[in-house]
Amino acid sequence: MRKRLDSGRAPLEEVAGNGLLHRRALLGGGIALAGAMTAGAAPTRAAAEPLTNPPWSNLPGIVTPVLQTPSRFEKNVVRILSNPKGEPRTQHARAPLQMLDGTITPNPLHFTILHSGIPDIDPAQHRLVVHGMVKRTLEFTVEDLLRYPMVTRKHFVECGGNSAAMFSNVPLQATVQQLHGLASCAEWTGVPLSVILDEAGVDPKAVWIMAEGADDLLVARSVPLKKGYEDALIAFYQNGERLMPGNGYPMRLLLPGFEGNMNIKFLRRLYIIDQPAMTFYETRNYSPLLPDGKAYRFYFVNEVKSFITKPSFGMSLRAPGYYEISGIAYSGTGTITKVLVSADGGKSWGEAAVEGPATPKAFTRFRMPWRWDGQPVTITSRAWDDSGAVQPLRADFVKLRGETKKPVKSPYAFANQHYNSLTLWGIDAKGEIKHVYA
Amino acid sequence: MSTLRPLGFALFALTLASSAALAANSPNLGKAVTESDFKAWDITILPDGTGLPPGSGTAAQGAKLFDDKGCSLCHGKDARGGKSNELIGNPSLVEGGINANKTVANFWGQASTLFDYIRRAMPWPTPHTLSDDEVYALCAYLLAGNNIIPQDEPMNAQTLPKVKMPNRNNFIIKFPGRI
Repeated sequence: MRKRLDSGRAPLEEVAGNGLLHRRALLGGGIALAGAMTAGAAPTRAAAEPLTNPPWSNLPGIVTPVLQTPSRFEKNVVRILSNPKGEPRTQHARAPLQMLDGTITPNPLHFTILHSGIPDIDPAQHRLVVHGMVKRTLEFTVEDLLRYPMVTRKHFVECGGNSAAMFSNVPLQATVQQLHGLASCAEWTGVPLSVILDEAGVDPKAVWIMAEGADDLLVARSVPLKKGYEDALIAFYQNGERLMPGNGYPMRLLLPGFEGNMNIKFLRRLYIIDQPAMTFYETRNYSPLLPDGKAYRFYFVNEVKSFITKPSFGMSLRAPGYYEISGIAYSGTGTITKVLVSADGGKSWGEAAVEGPATPKAFTRFRMPWRWDGQPVTITSRAWDDSGAVQPLRADFVKLRGETKKPVKSPYAFANQHYNSLTLWGIDAKGEIKHVYA
Repeated sequence: MSTLRPLGFALFALTLASSAALAANSPNLGKAVTESDFKAWDITILPDGTGLPPGSGTAAQGAKLFDDKGCSLCHGKDARGGKSNELIGNPSLVEGGINANKTVANFWGQASTLFDYIRRAMPWPTPHTLSDDEVYALCAYLLAGNNIIPQDEPMNAQTLPKVKMPNRNNFIIKFPGRI
């Protein structure tokens, strides 16, 4: 049931139900889109007042600051804090992903989780020790390590408990930021961990690295040595500047695609061993329970995932007409190759434009042109990666991983870990958006 | 000149020999140190007990410490839970479902983590103030309180790694190929 809309130029082909349009409409399709928009009300300004110069067009601006901050009109684009008073528990800061675009999370907005506040580390006194099953036990200063050959790579970091509210048996009414804000993406620059491992001379019988931070809890995780040689970095720079204190200043482990907690911040020790250390976080928090009472151990990977950021809960559509559906896709197992979007709750799907170049284990932006006819619709997205992994449908996901018996009360609670199924937004005839499961 | 030549050659050979032992793709700026240079940092306890220090403690000593050190302020009276995790208690994982309360008794797979984590991170907000005897005593208190060891069994470097945690066989390695 494909129909063509007469736009006066390139015809706009509906590729799936409820008005999803071919992604070619996004490429130089200005006229075609204008044509599509006139199907709704033509936007005209009230004819009364002609344009005049506002005050800022008649006066000099303010003095340039040394460090730029966003416009005062963007005051609401901030992180949500789970523990703003610093009570004796973990502090989560969720990134406002639905208010951002592109694929890079600006440093002040990058999500952070700190289990005991942000340590105030003097880089001149910070040290890294590499020991255990190595030929040479080594100690490095930050200054030493900054002399090493560096690489720059764009990667997402995501908490293993991101999207945990989606395990609720009833959908929570919450924004993208509240549901999925424990993920961010940055360009990281650092020294490949393999260089440091080689300098220490790792015993071939070693299997694990226990990585530890210099915060007061000395947060520690066991990392497969294999990952250390694959693509791990000791990162010093985040989007071109030195790491934010909450992101691990002066240096952190970066394990592309692995759950955030393993990417040890304030890195101070690498202990090379032949068995996992079974630290607190791998013993308890990041071993997800299954419905039969057993649990997964060493989950590590954040699997392929996507969600629509625009439009999403907290926004509303003003009138029928043309909209761009846009969102984020990423995978800890590879590069995003395809994102499908549905506007009829998954009955029919159209292929979204994936902005390139898509790179491994990084946020990838997808866009889908859409003409809303004003009827109730349900929009969602589903992603694929180049390893062949596909984002699971909720029914399949719940069959394997389960859902809670009682509704989860807070979007900030951690019902379980590693949720990567779909997010559906139900839009009613008034243009109001709800979080739905079907 | 001719007398310098053999010396120069010897130096060159020495350089070759040492660089062969070092990583070729690294500036090799790491300073060689020994375990005694970072003893205070060498705190990891492995599941087989590697790293456990001398010392010993009992459940009775641990019960007193649990109050004296302020543990109960977060973990509740008798470690039954408060602002932070319940440490004594054995709720059913199956009945609780996928968001059941994971406790030492119903979930933890090995006892070594108790010593490692208490010494590493507790008590909040004054970690690294407990003696090794006190850490052993707190381990004994929590294990005995959960009926995993007898009330009178002291915990030390020999006994702690031998403790069999009830849930130890209920874990599935998610991605064995990644290890």
